[in-house]
Amino acid sequence: MTPTAPAARGIIPTPAEAAIAAQVVAAREPLHVRGAGSKAGMLRPVQAAGTVSAAGLSGIGLYAPKELIISALAGTPLHEIETALAAHGQHLIAEPPDLSGLLGTAPNTQTIGGVVATNLSGPRRVAWGATRDHLMGVRAVTGRGEVIHSGGRVLKNVTGLDLCKLFAGSHGTLGVLTEATMKVLPAPEDTGTIAVPGLDAAAAVTVLSAALGSPYGVSGAAWLPAGTPLSPDGSLTLIRIEDFAKSVSYRTGKLRAELGYPKADILDGVASRALWRGVRDVRALTVADGDAVWRVSTRPSAGPGVLAAVPGASGFLDWGGGLIWLTGPATQATHRAVEAAARAARGVWTLMRAPDSLRNTVDVVPPEPAPLAAIARRVKAALDPRGILNPGRIYAGF
Amino acid sequence: MISLPDPKPDVMARRDAIVAGLRAAVSDEEGVIADPIRLKPYETDGLSAYRQMPLAVVLPETTEEVAAVMRFCHANGVRVVPRGAGTSLSGGALPLADAVVVGLMRMNQILDVNYPDRCATVQAGVTNIGITNAVADDGFFYAPDPSSQLACMIGGNVNMNSGGAHCLKYGVTANNLLGLKIVTVDGEILDIGGEYLDAAGYDWLGLLTGSEGQLALVTEVVVRILRSPEGARAMLVAFSSNEVAGACVDSIISSGIIPVALEFMDRPAIHACEAFAHAGYPLDAEAMLIIEVEGSVAEQDDLLARLSDICNRHDPISLKVSQSAEESLAIWKGRKGAFGAIGRISPDYLCMDGTIPTSQLPLVLRRIQEMSDSYGLKVANIFHAGDGNLHPLIMFDANDPASFQKAEHFGADILRLCVDVGGCLTGEHGVGVEKRDLMPYQFAEHELEQQRRIKSAFDPGWLLNPSKVFPLQAAAQSMPRAA
Repeated sequence: MTPTAPAARGIIPTPAEAAIAAQVVAAREPLHVRGAGSKAGMLRPVQAAGTVSAAGLSGIGLYAPKELIISALAGTPLHEIETALAAHGQHLIAEPPDLSGLLGTAPNTQTIGGVVATNLSGPRRVAWGATRDHLMGVRAVTGRGEVIHSGGRVLKNVTGLDLCKLFAGSHGTLGVLTEATMKVLPAPEDTGTIAVPGLDAAAAVTVLSAALGSPYGVSGAAWLPAGTPLSPDGSLTLIRIEDFAKSVSYRTGKLRAELGYPKADILDGVASRALWRGVRDVRALTVADGDAVWRVSTRPSAGPGVLAAVPGASGFLDWGGGLIWLTGPATQATHRAVEAAARAARGVWTLMRAPDSLRNTVDVVPPEPAPLAAIARRVKAALDPRGILNPGRIYAGF
Repeated sequence: MISLPDPKPDVMARRDAIVAGLRAAVSDEEGVIADPIRLKPYETDGLSAYRQMPLAVVLPETTEEVAAVMRFCHANGVRVVPRGAGTSLSGGALPLADAVVVGLMRMNQILDVNYPDRCATVQAGVTNIGITNAVADDGFFYAPDPSSQLACMIGGNVNMNSGGAHCLKYGVTANNLLGLKIVTVDGEILDIGGEYLDAAGYDWLGLLTGSEGQLALVTEVVVRILRSPEGARAMLVAFSSNEVAGACVDSIISSGIIPVALEFMDRPAIHACEAFAHAGYPLDAEAMLIIEVEGSVAEQDDLLARLSDICNRHDPISLKVSQSAEESLAIWKGRKGAFGAIGRISPDYLCMDGTIPTSQLPLVLRRIQEMSDSYGLKVANIFHAGDGNLHPLIMFDANDPASFQKAEHFGADILRLCVDVGGCLTGEHGVGVEKRDLMPYQFAEHELEQQRRIKSAFDPGWLLNPSKVFPLQAAAQSMPRAA
């Protein structure tokens, strides 16, 4: 815009970032990039000689409640951030799950970096966006050993390529996240849940679609089959409203009548929050030792079909039917059935948990078509030219 | 003035052959424009101070035709400038003398509306408002609403990650997309995402959104559509200073209420808009907020009462709560006509687009006023207060080169100030050519080099939308020698 050359802005690596950068530069063998390791059971195991961890980088650097922004070092435990936000009546919008029960790790250990690197979101995602949607800024050490940032600490920013989105969900394969800045929102004053009993999956998704297509701001829409730990007495179709107390009472009542279930239970705030925490943390799934867990994302109307299509598997639906959690035997045959069901529904799968023998031998996420796979390899090389950061974690071979 | 690279003589010399090649790539010969008179409308976009006639324009009608055009251009080393409606305020669609403009405006079909799954599949040349219009009778809408929404096209919205007045609640374009159909620089057609949330693997959808045509051409988009709220109503509050209005914004956000829109106008903007729209704006105010809430009538009453309480604690000069849809429309009328209103009092203006932490608002507005005095150019401030996205409108006279140069310097000073206080160069308009040379103010050279490497991963020959986003000299080093 102007011929007067501005002074170049530096990004000054912190000592901790410099130490990670030095470790990356010195590495001659692949490195396992991890935070607390609470989600190391997802996708494919990393074969690495060493570990580089952001777990030691902990602390909230900036919290401006009036600006709806919080910034924390990547190793900050998520519960510390949630506690700090709750003290100001705010929360993380995407409601990230704690999968420690599912993945057999210690509860409350996951870090903000881990949540960003896996882009995991809870039930509220269907209405309010994913973790990646609220990631306003990142700092990371690339595979070149350079410290870079993308985005910042403001709520709207389209300056340059959006590497925040690229790092979110990249599972440590493109860089070591060192800091994340998130948009936050006021936590709702109250929560209410319409619980319709006794529907099968197909009928439930019809109801959930009607609810999500209503003007009442539904922020959770799930179906649990009969007999799960959260629905022991029969299937439950769950519709959540979060708002000011008056609105919750008005909206749940109105919506229940419009959906044609005027006598369905309406769960109050305490019961609602406990139940949705269970849905969020996948506690509706009973996983036998040695069994596998998959997540399939598809268009909501295809969810019941995916549930029915995998022999020997059981599961439940979130996101109005579009998120299918499945558990079943950790066999090649079952995995292929999940792949086929996801493909038939024009959706995608993620292998969330399985013995290493299965994780090492299947496509843990759908392979990209050849031209896109070529781009993916070049993007990986652009950030990690020596291929030393979490090789193979998402895609075999890079 | 922003400099543009010299055209490549070898490409210019092959112009006739290139036009013939483009004609072979599309089914309608009229879809290739080479006649200077018909090329004229394509020489600029919403940043009309910059003009450059393109080598040719091609208007494909299908994704396959776009792919054929790209295969031809790629094979012949011809640079390509993608274009939607040409409403970019940052020069994102500015042509180059040796480049072909690929206009997507003929691809204007809504391909599918899927209510049970709450999404719609549309071609890139469908206008932003066209999506909402297609689903409004069924009570749905497409949320991002840039000011240019009557004209701007969804393909351009994707490339610029456009925002709007309602993104405080509903998010920007990136938050409202599910899938894309893209054509790569070498003419491959790829589906990114689909009708589902959160693809497994890398977030190509997120990376492509806001990539300003640097990575690929977008030909189809799957957007989320939302059910409209039961109703919406606005209120208008006027204050005696920018500081007080800023403090009121803080109080609103702290209260737990997130209005669906929270717009701020300063005194010059109020006066210009009132003279234009006769919206009943308070002319004695230094600053004014438009606040909008949604819900049933009772819910609106409740929220507007809470907001009135909050505002009243900040000694407003006036406070008017709309009592009807008509009154709300009147409140919005001035704001929505803001660009036209400024155009009425000044022959030309530059619309800036920095974002700042909202706590810095009083300081930034004070500094902008000081700059306005020192440059001798008037400025009106209109912005999305909830998210700190500023739109200072700098008034100048384009017939006077010195005035234009001053306006550009003034704009650059504002954007550097935004970065200095912890914000960024652009919140929703994009870098384009306008802010290209300021990029080193926000990013270190190795960070820009990292972004350029990612551009190269998609576009190794640097044929896509050249001379935008990345400062020229350094970008030249990222380009392949042979290209």
